[in-house]
Amino acid sequence: MTVRERLREKISAAFYRHGLLCASYPVPIILFTSASILACCYPLLRLPLPGTGPVEFTTRVRDYTVPSHEPQGDLGERPDWYRGPPVAYIQQVLVKAAVSPWDSTLVPVDVFRSPLGRVFSLLEEIRNHVHNDGSGVRSLEALCLQVTDLLPGLRRMQTVLPEHGCLLVSPGNYWQNQRELFDSDPDLLKTVHQHEPKGLHTTATLRDLLFGVPVKHTGVSLYSRKRVVTYTITMVLGSYDARFLSSLRARLRQLHPSVNCSLREDQMVHVHFKEEIGMAELIPLVTTYIILFAYIYFSTRKIDMVKSKWGLALAAVVTVLSSLLMSVGLCTLFGLTPTLNGGEIFPYLVVVIGLENVLVLTKSVVSTPVDLEVKLRIAQGLSNESWSIMKNMATELCIILIGYFTLVPAIQEFCLFAVVGLVSDFFLQMFFFTTVLSIDIRRMELADLNRRLPAEAGMPLPKPGPLRPREAPPPPRPSPHTITLQTPAFRNLRLPKRLRVVYFLARTRLAQRFIMVGTVIWIGILAYTDPAGLRTYLAAQVSEQSPLGEGGAGGLPPHLGVAPGFPGPGGDPASTLSVLPAPAEPTPLPENQSQGHHGAPRDVPLQTQAPPLVPQISWGAEDEEGWRKLSFRHWPSLFSYYNITLAKRYISILPVIPVTLHLSPREAIETRHPQDTRHPPPPSLKTNDLPADLTLYKVAALGLAAGVLLVLLLFCLYRVLCSRNYGQNGVAHGRRRRGDLPCDDYGYSPPISEISPLLLRGHSMDIECLASDGMLLASCCLAGQIRVWDAQTGDCLTIIPKHGLRRSSSSGCWEQRDGWDAMGVAEPENLGGGTEPGGGVFDEDEGYPLRRRTTPRPALFENQPDLTPLIDTNFDSQPPSHLLLTPPRDGFDFGGLVERAYLEHEPPSPGLTASYPSSSPLSGPPPQRRRSLGYIQPPVPQGQGTPDWESAVWAMELRGNLIAAGRSSGKLELWDAVEGSLRCSNEDGVSGITALAFLNNRIVAARLDGSLDFFTVDINKPLGLLQYRGPPGRSNMPPSPCYSSEDVISCQLTRSVQCAHQKPITVLRAAAGRVVTGSQDHTVRVYRLEDSCCLFTLQGHSGGITAIYIDQTMVLASGGQDGAICLWDVLTGSRVSHVYGHRGDVTSLVCTTSCVISSGLDDLICIWDRSTGIKLYSIQQEVGCGASLGVISESLLVTGGQGCVSFWDLNFGDLLQTVYLGQSSDGQGVRQLVVLNNAAIVCDFGSELSLVYVPSVLEKLD
Amino acid sequence: MADSTVVSDQQRSGSGQTAPSRGPYIAVITNRSTTLVIRGFMLFSIGVFLALVLNLLQVQRNVTLFPPDVISSIFSSAWWVPPCCGTASAIIGLLYPCIDCRLGEPHKFKREWSSVMRCVAVFVGINHASAKVDFANNVQLSLTLAALSIGLWWTFDRSRSGFGLGVVIALLATLSTQLLVYNGVFQYTSPDFLYIRSWLPCIFFAGVITMGNIGRQLALYECKLMSEKTHQD
Repeated sequence: MTVRERLREKISAAFYRHGLLCASYPVPIILFTSASILACCYPLLRLPLPGTGPVEFTTRVRDYTVPSHEPQGDLGERPDWYRGPPVAYIQQVLVKAAVSPWDSTLVPVDVFRSPLGRVFSLLEEIRNHVHNDGSGVRSLEALCLQVTDLLPGLRRMQTVLPEHGCLLVSPGNYWQNQRELFDSDPDLLKTVHQHEPKGLHTTATLRDLLFGVPVKHTGVSLYSRKRVVTYTITMVLGSYDARFLSSLRARLRQLHPSVNCSLREDQMVHVHFKEEIGMAELIPLVTTYIILFAYIYFSTRKIDMVKSKWGLALAAVVTVLSSLLMSVGLCTLFGLTPTLNGGEIFPYLVVVIGLENVLVLTKSVVSTPVDLEVKLRIAQGLSNESWSIMKNMATELCIILIGYFTLVPAIQEFCLFAVVGLVSDFFLQMFFFTTVLSIDIRRMELADLNRRLPAEAGMPLPKPGPLRPREAPPPPRPSPHTITLQTPAFRNLRLPKRLRVVYFLARTRLAQRFIMVGTVIWIGILAYTDPAGLRTYLAAQVSEQSPLGEGGAGGLPPHLGVAPGFPGPGGDPASTLSVLPAPAEPTPLPENQSQGHHGAPRDVPLQTQAPPLVPQISWGAEDEEGWRKLSFRHWPSLFSYYNITLAKRYISILPVIPVTLHLSPREAIETRHPQDTRHPPPPSLKTNDLPADLTLYKVAALGLAAGVLLVLLLFCLYRVLCSRNYGQNGVAHGRRRRGDLPCDDYGYSPPISEISPLLLRGHSMDIECLASDGMLLASCCLAGQIRVWDAQTGDCLTIIPKHGLRRSSSSGCWEQRDGWDAMGVAEPENLGGGTEPGGGVFDEDEGYPLRRRTTPRPALFENQPDLTPLIDTNFDSQPPSHLLLTPPRDGFDFGGLVERAYLEHEPPSPGLTASYPSSSPLSGPPPQRRRSLGYIQPPVPQGQGTPDWESAVWAMELRGNLIAAGRSSGKLELWDAVEGSLRCSNEDGVSGITALAFLNNRIVAARLDGSLDFFTVDINKPLGLLQYRGPPGRSNMPPSPCYSSEDVISCQLTRSVQCAHQKPITVLRAAAGRVVTGSQDHTVRVYRLEDSCCLFTLQGHSGGITAIYIDQTMVLASGGQDGAICLWDVLTGSRVSHVYGHRGDVTSLVCTTSCVISSGLDDLICIWDRSTGIKLYSIQQEVGCGASLGVISESLLVTGGQGCVSFWDLNFGDLLQTVYLGQSSDGQGVRQLVVLNNAAIVCDFGSELSLVYVPSVLEKLD
Repeated sequence: MADSTVVSDQQRSGSGQTAPSRGPYIAVITNRSTTLVIRGFMLFSIGVFLALVLNLLQVQRNVTLFPPDVISSIFSSAWWVPPCCGTASAIIGLLYPCIDCRLGEPHKFKREWSSVMRCVAVFVGINHASAKVDFANNVQLSLTLAALSIGLWWTFDRSRSGFGLGVVIALLATLSTQLLVYNGVFQYTSPDFLYIRSWLPCIFFAGVITMGNIGRQLALYECKLMSEKTHQD
């Protein structure tokens, strides 16, 4: 035992014990894990939340020096970005100006025109300020940040923003800093507004940039109540000169003293900006996230066979995510601060850590036998995968450690996180996920128990009345571990493409979800990226509210007191009277008189509410850092216009210089532009208060209207597309009752199906065996009668009767006849002719399509020479025990008819046919019946044995025109399918033949005692006889699977494997030169056909084998009573995959090139991916439906049900069509289903066979 | 901006021979050729998409960009680069399964979509690292990328044919890029080794492996059919 193996064993044992532990104490372990996750994530609380918001750091102005580039040890709370000089220093001059005292003769424009006009003189002052001390002369020109061109895309701002020179912005920029332009501007507001972008915007607008304060605070508005105009002059300085700045400050203060100003001037704020996430960076990021989600989706899709698929998928994702969090937390705990952009590396970390282990664990655990205890299952599953998990983990750790030695800091950090993440992921997998899995599996078992109990599921569903075809019985309860594909209503029929698209949209509610997700994301982005903006908005709202409240406190609700055109009942009566005197006032404005009714209310508030006649210019703490109220993108966007990025850099904002301007009314009037007085004065107080709210209301109303319209539109669409029944579960899928129109729940009815089954009637009892080689079809009923049918036309060619049993029920035959009439098959016109010797015989026989057999006219006969062999067939097989017999006359063969008669009515008795010694040992050539029309030659027995009528046929195979029948007595018989003659028989075995395989010229028979016999069929051309009997060319024919009737066929036992299996062989399949047997003893054996040597014994099932599939491509699938399906490689004998899909036996297995289809006793049809063993989907069928399966083409599956067959689209899993087989469909299930080459299927249906062509499907296939 | 932004999966292979369709049945042939076209188209679009996105990654590295330029920066490189990448990836994606089938060793290792997604993510990550991470020098960068690429191959491919084809195509692509540079069709901002970026072959190699992986996954069913046929023979 090598070290490796010992290690492996140890690991396996350890995992086993661990699995037991986890499954035994789930709750404590989950608690422990959660606690450890929380503990590890605790350090994360100290980390700042990632975001794009700027970070601030405040220093004192007094001892400010430009920070050096080198990190200087520990400087307390100094952040690590605070290194080197800032991009720029921002010096703002905050101007508050008001016309005082306010005069009633002033028009609203006066509020801001003259105050704004003062900006030019201020600018002049600032520009010309020179500080001169001993060290030299300094001016603004030398200190300011020199900018060059604007970005090319900003041509329209060229006139407004400074170019080539100092970056100095003020409202004066609107007028190119020229007083003349300002004075000649007739409409200042329009000038300001014309640069505003249309629509919603979150970034800083030009107005914000130039005014330097939020729009609401500027006071540049016709409706301003405070009549104080606020704006800033923003200087952007490239270098810091304390003396110049202080002299400037002193100069301005001296010119424009602010009396009550107590702003702090000792602190400067450094603002560090995070990296900007632009569109260009977002696209790769979004791509990586999409890839990540695709990865997670494809991974978690593989979780299957558990109680709650989604729960486990969630647990898997939680495992990975919390391991990442733990990793970051642990790294932080040990002093490593993450420097990488978390959002960027996160997807890669997830991908590196991966979900694979979790999935492998799940798969391994659910693959353990279901009948074990949960604990043991978990333990076994863990220990099965232990080695590969450990190996993978070691490999990944190695790879990542190699990455650690690249000595690139970023990669090192990534690797560190990944290593810690991997380890914590392993820990979580072992403790958290395993425990969750054990809980889940335990739940599944409980649910399973519950599910088995109620029996009402087996009861027939109530038949819906014909008047209420839509009222459907509840759909069958899906088994807990399957995903039912869709609501059954959507799967009923093949719908046209457009409807499918619409249904898909409706089903998944894609549009709603998209809209919802979009809205959430949008809101999230708004809230996340612009917190400052929101905050300022809220703050503004609050501050707006307060004066309103004060006004209201003055006496009356403001909305009553300010009704437009009506001064309000609460107002002073005198003031209402002053409506008339108001125009009479000596106003220098003739325009004002023309709008007297507007002007009147304007005066009312002046007097009633007593606005300050002297506008108060107050300086408060909120003015200290007025820039905070701006969007945090304010500075980045200002700089970005000059192609300077602030990402990962910082600016320093110096304390503002307050400037207070008081202007006299005279000055205001002097600066007035002639057109200013045209502005309509505020019509009422209400609009004074609520200009912004009004737009808000407008928007809200518009939005509401649009929403209502949208809802109506959707409703109409909904009505049009989905008629009444949306939301109800439709007809239990597929099994539509007879009489219902094949229309789906939406009233859509496809063209009435062309598929109509052709019923082949004739068997008197239930059909037991069914075999086909494409051209012919052989069936054997319980009565032992073998019938051969033409698979194309459905004609009965041959009957190989059994003489032992007779049945005396003629009524059934009449029914059959009716059936034929109904089916439109040509009534055998010759049956009733006078050529029939006995009426009774005729009565019994007319159920058959006898056109070929009973052609009465010789002319017809000569045209169809090859039909005559059929005539004699029955004679060959007639036993010598016929008593009552209608002697054959005039060359017509009534053997079959007579047989039939006997079969139905008569007890066995020796008869004339005794002269046909079918048991003669002579193996002569068959008589040349083609030439002996109308003449009954004494049949020459060709078989080597006697037909055994006493035992039942248990197995049957058809190749060429040879039928191999295995009987319960152990006898193997070979019949000629066309002639119905016994060609040979073999009685070497005594145990009943349970299964047969017929391949090339070999027959393999499996017997009840578990032995396996290999027979060789030899075809000896009777050369001597052929010389004078057969056509000369015939002997030259190469041996073909179609045996000519002259050949002497012998069947020899070449090898008998006595103890192939310990228990009876249940399944036998042969293909591609291999014979595969499955037995009750849980094993599958593979034999080579040529030398009958056993190649492999495949073990892996924990129950008897019930289904086997093998095809030419050497793919072997086996299903057992344990519900497991194994895929094997026949070449190597190795197990490719092992999946559990069914509760109870797997009853049928079929493979296509891409998938494996299995059906089980649990009425479930599962479709598996053939290469990976992943369950693609499953179809829950009705209880008690048949389990027979067939695959017509790559994408067309046919299943048998209660009196019907259903066609399914394998790609989508939807039901294409259900074909009802007969009138009396209830109660009889389709047990066997054979797919013929010509896209027809044959299935047994009680005592009838049903031949269903699927032409319409074929057209759609290619 | 036709410079170092000419990224990644710009694989050009000389022999762009697609899988020949053989088989006795007309239906199979038509079926296969249509699937071939579909596959080729899918691979092409994946290639174009990756080229655009990765190009964007590279663009970001040296330039500070502001909103007005973003959209144009997506298409900043020459117009023919994304179609070239798309064509190359289609050829590679079809070539890989074809060679697998020819060699008779169908690729069985990790044939799942989740694995393919992982591979693509790692490939994007490698590009990301080459674009965003600051390396001390170019040798370090190239060595790291080479190690990462080999790791990608080992993790997701592990087939000798895949490795060989990857190396050959990477060399060819580098050569042709070199020729283009010599002819002045475009140039890099900062060539470090013989006028090209020394990490280019690694990126090419990783791209080839990734596209091969996708192509194989797409061709999984078809290849299975073909191998079954050979079995029958």
